[in-house]
Amino acid sequence: MSDTADQKTPGTAPDAAPATAAATAPATAPDTVPDSVPDAVPDSVPDAVPDDVVLRVEDLCVDFRTENGAARAVSNASLTVKRGQTVAIVGESGSGKTTLAMAVLGLLASNGSVAEGHIWFKDEDLGHVSAQRMAQLRGTELGLVPQDPMTNLDPIMRIGQQIDEGLIDNGLRSRRDARTRTVELLDEVGLPDAGRRASQYPHEFSGGMRQRALIAMGLSGRPALLVADEPTSALDVTVQRGILDQLAGLTEDLGTAVLLITHDLGLAAERADVVVVMYHGEIVEQGPARQVLTAPQHEYTKRLMAAAPSLASRRIEIARERGLEDVLDDALLAPGEDAAANGAPDADVLVSVKDVSKVFSIRGSGLLSRSRDFTAVDGVSLDIPRGSTVAVVGESGSGKSTLARMILDIEKPTTGSITFDGGLVGAGGHKDQIAYRRRVQPVFQDPYSSLDPLYSVFRAIEEPLRAHSYGDVAKRRARVEELADQVALSKSQLQRFPAELSGGQRQRVAIARALALSPELVVCDEAVSALDVVVQAQILQLLAGLQEELGLTYLFITHDLAVVRQIADRVLVMQEGRVVEEGTVDTVFDSPATDYTRALLDAIPGRDLELAL
Amino acid sequence: MSANELPLTDGAAAEPLRTSIHGDGPGGEDHAGEGVWARAWRTLRKNPVAITGFVIVAVFVLVALLAPWLAPYGPDELPGRAEIRPTEIPGPSAEYPLGLDRYGGDVLSKLIWGARASLLVGVLSTLFGLVGGMALGLLAGWFGKWVDFGAMRLVDLMLSVPSLLLAVSIAAIAGQTSMSVIVAIAVVQVPIFARLLRGSMLAQRGQDYVLAASALGLSRRSVTMSHVLPNSVGPVIVQATLTLATAVIEAAALSYLGLGGGEPSTAEWGRMLVAAQQELAVAPRLAILPGICIAVTALGFTLVGESLREALDPRNRTRR
Amino acid sequence: MLRLIVQRLLLLIPLLLGLSVLLFAWVRALPGGPATALLGERATPEAIARINTLYGFDQPIPVQYLKYLTRLLQGDFGVSTRTGRPVLDEFMTRFPATIELTVVALVIAIGIGIPLGYIAARRAGSFIDHSSVVASLIGVTVPVFFLAFILKYIFAVELGWFPSTGRQDPTMVATHPTNFYVLDGLLTGEWDAAWDALVHLILPGIALGSIPLAIVTRMTRAAVSEVQNADYVRTARAKGIKPARLRGEHILRNSMLPVLTTIGLQVGLLLSGAVLTETVFAFAGIGSFLAEAVFNADYPVMQGFVLMIAIVYALVNLLVDVSYGLIDPRLRRQQ
Repeated sequence: MSDTADQKTPGTAPDAAPATAAATAPATAPDTVPDSVPDAVPDSVPDAVPDDVVLRVEDLCVDFRTENGAARAVSNASLTVKRGQTVAIVGESGSGKTTLAMAVLGLLASNGSVAEGHIWFKDEDLGHVSAQRMAQLRGTELGLVPQDPMTNLDPIMRIGQQIDEGLIDNGLRSRRDARTRTVELLDEVGLPDAGRRASQYPHEFSGGMRQRALIAMGLSGRPALLVADEPTSALDVTVQRGILDQLAGLTEDLGTAVLLITHDLGLAAERADVVVVMYHGEIVEQGPARQVLTAPQHEYTKRLMAAAPSLASRRIEIARERGLEDVLDDALLAPGEDAAANGAPDADVLVSVKDVSKVFSIRGSGLLSRSRDFTAVDGVSLDIPRGSTVAVVGESGSGKSTLARMILDIEKPTTGSITFDGGLVGAGGHKDQIAYRRRVQPVFQDPYSSLDPLYSVFRAIEEPLRAHSYGDVAKRRARVEELADQVALSKSQLQRFPAELSGGQRQRVAIARALALSPELVVCDEAVSALDVVVQAQILQLLAGLQEELGLTYLFITHDLAVVRQIADRVLVMQEGRVVEEGTVDTVFDSPATDYTRALLDAIPGRDLELAL
Repeated sequence: MSANELPLTDGAAAEPLRTSIHGDGPGGEDHAGEGVWARAWRTLRKNPVAITGFVIVAVFVLVALLAPWLAPYGPDELPGRAEIRPTEIPGPSAEYPLGLDRYGGDVLSKLIWGARASLLVGVLSTLFGLVGGMALGLLAGWFGKWVDFGAMRLVDLMLSVPSLLLAVSIAAIAGQTSMSVIVAIAVVQVPIFARLLRGSMLAQRGQDYVLAASALGLSRRSVTMSHVLPNSVGPVIVQATLTLATAVIEAAALSYLGLGGGEPSTAEWGRMLVAAQQELAVAPRLAILPGICIAVTALGFTLVGESLREALDPRNRTRR
Repeated sequence: MLRLIVQRLLLLIPLLLGLSVLLFAWVRALPGGPATALLGERATPEAIARINTLYGFDQPIPVQYLKYLTRLLQGDFGVSTRTGRPVLDEFMTRFPATIELTVVALVIAIGIGIPLGYIAARRAGSFIDHSSVVASLIGVTVPVFFLAFILKYIFAVELGWFPSTGRQDPTMVATHPTNFYVLDGLLTGEWDAAWDALVHLILPGIALGSIPLAIVTRMTRAAVSEVQNADYVRTARAKGIKPARLRGEHILRNSMLPVLTTIGLQVGLLLSGAVLTETVFAFAGIGSFLAEAVFNADYPVMQGFVLMIAIVYALVNLLVDVSYGLIDPRLRRQQ
């Protein structure tokens, strides 16, 4: 156990507080409107007092009032954040990590309240101060960088004004001087052309720019404590890193303590001094980042570690352990990888995509405006060897999902051709299409919308069997039960409806449904992206096991390189509709050929740590 | 260690906490295997607002159905004809609990028979409107492209005329019969249902499960019939319930404007209200009683419709 | 912005053309045929024959439609069979009255509905919240003309606080340069005339405003409930801004977007309701005139008024769309 995780005597917090307050006072702007140069504010970083505690949470319990009585979302949580320190709270959705952070800020939903315990911030107990006092502290002493940049800015107010109003209302700047300061703040977070940007609206900003604006907002009052709630999880990976660096640099310069909320162990490992692991509303483990990650004590942390894709560097082993090795090796070692893609489809290649493009015409918004062409996929070729897993990675807008849809024969390619097992896809009539559907099945990203809410699990899995007139009632039932067994769903769950299942269970149902017709190719479009890491690992494990058992071929569409490493044999990297790199997973990961791939790889949180371990 | 043996998060174990925090719905295992409609029904049965609505509607329907046995006099009978003077309309008495109207009709009997007339107009016009609107919406949602475009422009056109004026215009062509009122109200509802169903279908079309169903090799017809349509009718059914209320009110409004034909003494709430206009100062009850009947009936349907909407709202099912 | 307006105006053209086709077909579908419909039921055969040649009812349908359209474009909406005056004149003299009434109803609906809905949402579960829900339910289920009856009976007949009929005391001598009676009074300095006209508007205004009031209250309540739980509101709170600013700049302004659309849609309802309300209060606007036209099968008036009301309705919705763009920058700069 580390010193930070050790028991603290309650007396320490109030004792340390005056020192803290004194130390941070210069960093927070004075209450009076300063006529001095604004530069004076961030410059004076005080000497850090070694044991300078900013936040101490003691035995905190947070309850939510519900129809079924009080529900405890956080129980007996204790943690300490020291000045200038970054403390990460790691947990999956529903673990109570965000609730804990919101309790610190006094921003719990209206039905939530601090039931027990204390939140010592300097010398005040935030769990029990007045709402007015809390409002005073927010924006000056406490800052927030929220999770989703798309929903956290007021859509009908200019960005600059949204920062101005905080400065003005907290008495940090006068109405007249606020904008100058705002532009400085935006500049500071790396927003180019900040002066002009300040007068724009959120919809004119990209996700990354919005998040930068939100960071500027969170730090505008020079808070002693910044709560960063999943600050980058809604952004593309290459953008994430830049934003996190900016955030880390700024908070370091300003000496701001950061409470980082994340579901990503790798990110926590890389960015935090102290890691706190939460599970089911309780803190199960905490300590210095390295210690928690190298020698996890609690069972849950161990499992989280085992499941964390960014730290697991090797492919799930099942497929290789068994007899499939030959097939895979043949496929992987096919001479001249790129040449093979252009050659005639040999027996081992299940799907061959040749120089495929897809152009969408986007209708102009106006009545008279002409439609524009948008090339989503631009001259892509790829081969999927039978029994292997090929992954296509790329960020949003890279055209990877459009490619998947064309292979599924949901979209038709504008030019180029796709052959499946030697036959041209989409060339035949209706009959051929239906026959094709039996052999190629999708598993979609969002487990919440991929199942018909009106269909029970049984009906959902049975539907493809019915549609293709598979056997009689009894035979179908037997098949459904067999499938359920394969994806580890219990019999009792067959009578449930999607709304009653967890995300992982829904994804199991979706997989069972996809497998019902014994397809040869399964197209997984971000099939595990919406799941928590532990569940994600379970589903990947399941997919790997099924591949081995049934000899399936997978096309994996994902933005997550870590997932690729866990499951794929070959990988294609897509950017703006083109394939920028292609090769075996090991080749691409160990010696990426393009800058873009390198940037993607560098962006995986926890990569450095992995090397260090 | 294999992750497969983990019961930690992917099982039911993680769920109770999650559900209880967000306070969404059932206490876990008790209602396992319950569909969307069954769940909505269970929510409704516990909702006092819905119960009030159901009771009102039930009473109204019962009165309408049992009118011949409940009403002391027939719909066209004028038992108190002899007692009416130009200056005097007898009020409540033992024989006529709610008094007489200016034609000598028993107000109670006329109100009871009026329930029958209102139910007929409400149900029939809503039914016709629903069928017509769903057909148009389905047509648009099914064929898309030019059919959709054409159907939606027709809808725009019909919605560009305020509803009562549209109803009046239609009733004017349809002639002075009670059927023309029903047709007029039905036609006014057609664009509303059509637009609702089409929008709802479009929203469902974009869902992954519809894509998944097409990818399973289901024909367009089965995808529409077994997935898109069943998931789209929720809002339409809610609207239909609310339309029952509107129809009762609009029927009265059309009677008030002198449409729908028949004698001024007809046992119909809207007509009674019109006839009472002259006696407002002398016998306000003649206006108030049918007015209350209309309002309460409409309220009943509205309460049912609103609570149904709430019960079916997916936002009330997941999260928050 | 200008582009949006022009675009919406252009979209009006096909709508109006479509409507003219419908109304043309409507006249032909009327019992007794178009000539009888236009002349009234007592028309002599000679008159019918004359009208048939004049309007070309003996010619092919497309020719007839083109003639109808040409007449419309020239502002000829036909002649009322009841008063013998041109339909357009009848509309123009009465329209100001209906505008006045509608404005009063809207002011009541917005002036009470928005604050009430806002308070209800901010104090969810409180007495005022529950009352607002109940009141808005009752508001939409009480027929407009019944409410008009009741108001008239209680406040005009029984209590005598308000006049029961008309736009102005008939004994009052007043000049009417614009036909907006309240405005006229103010313009000419006849204060008592203005006041009297205003008093005449109160009861019908309340009756007419009742449904929009209920709907605006409900809509505001729903919108505020949603917006106050939005992420950006929480973030704004995290900035430590003043509560007044949070309420005004963030919650209220964002909530107004859906409410505004609702208000636009209410105008259709108001024009429908005006037919009933004006009739109850014998208020000389387009509504009561239309109701009389219905009673007397005055089809040219019905035809012309429906077209004109549809134009007004479309223009109001255009106005709402434009103001929507003013509040919401996402629509303003759409390219």
